[in-house]
Amino acid sequence: MTPLLLIAAIFAIAIIAGFLGSLLGLGGGIIVVPALTLLFGIDIRLAIGASIISVIATSSGAAAAYVKEHLANLRVAMFLEIGTTLGAISGAYIAGIVHTRLLFILFGLLLAYSALAMLKKRHEAHGAVYVSPIADRLGLHSSYYDEGLGQQIDYRVSRPITGLGLMYLAGAASGLLGIGSGALKVPAMDLAMRLPMKVSTATSNFMIGVTAAASAGLYFVRGQIDPVIAAPVAAGVLLGATVGSRFLGRIESRVIRVIFIIVLAVVSVEMFVKGVL
Amino acid sequence: MKAETLISWLLRIGVGVSAALAVIGMIVIVFHHPTNVIGHRMTNVREVLDSIRAGHGQGIAMLGLLLLIATPVMRVAVSIGIFVRERDFTFVLITTTVLLLLLLSFVLGAAGG
Repeated sequence: MTPLLLIAAIFAIAIIAGFLGSLLGLGGGIIVVPALTLLFGIDIRLAIGASIISVIATSSGAAAAYVKEHLANLRVAMFLEIGTTLGAISGAYIAGIVHTRLLFILFGLLLAYSALAMLKKRHEAHGAVYVSPIADRLGLHSSYYDEGLGQQIDYRVSRPITGLGLMYLAGAASGLLGIGSGALKVPAMDLAMRLPMKVSTATSNFMIGVTAAASAGLYFVRGQIDPVIAAPVAAGVLLGATVGSRFLGRIESRVIRVIFIIVLAVVSVEMFVKGVL
Repeated sequence: MKAETLISWLLRIGVGVSAALAVIGMIVIVFHHPTNVIGHRMTNVREVLDSIRAGHGQGIAMLGLLLLIATPVMRVAVSIGIFVRERDFTFVLITTTVLLLLLLSFVLGAAGG
């Protein structure tokens, strides 16, 4: 393939990945990595390196907006980033020494999990709020303005240490597979720490960039970031996600959801098979 | 300037400039290098600068990507300054730990080969 064709093809796929990702609330990485490996036969380590770069681009772009709207809780984010960066370093380190077959298998499992998660709709978690002296001492409790309700909502943070542990795992998944792993961060904050759903989503997005930067540093030094692949992926996903966020709420996403769940399931099997055979 | 506004602008500028460099790099690759573009390994900043000096699009794109990786790192560094200004030393410690972990990731990558 000529450079023009290769770059144009990767760029086009990345735009689609970013667009669908932002419509469906997934990161682009979950689409980009299977596309690069299955369609172009690109080394999965290089695909993961390119994906993590696109994760930084989209999350930083989204974070800029969330921070301004005061939706992201900066103190909770900083505290939990100790867990996510440690996890990311562990994950990225392990990714460099295991067989690529294992990466395919894990990625297949991740896709299957995402397909299942998409079948279920997210609901506001209702349950006991735990008193946490650590959260008090760190001053993690905060408030946000809810546009839907038209009022300021105060909230308290539960179980920060459990949250920190879960973030280590989310970070490890991110470093291992080159994904943002928002799908793991958000439930940890919703369910374990009892943050309001909107705050969880915004804070997760804010943290993803730092988590991904920890993995990306390691990938770069290891030679897993090839600019010919990573540049069109980053630019394409960023463009696709920006356009996608404009369409959010304007098009009926239920049909896309159902189609996408089927696609995820099929791709999951393909990745799995590639890892096993 | 308010902390949130500062961080928001830092993120916007970082993403904007790095995306622009990545696109310029892509254009230079397409027009200058007819074959064998993948496998141009660059694993440290000096190799990236050498590649740019040689006029390779790969180097320009890589500089953009490095700047993108540095954007969240800079956000953390700026946050330390904000917590120092607020005299919140617990969070100065927490944020400094995160920054050190980020810097450690580069060292560990080099050590792990």
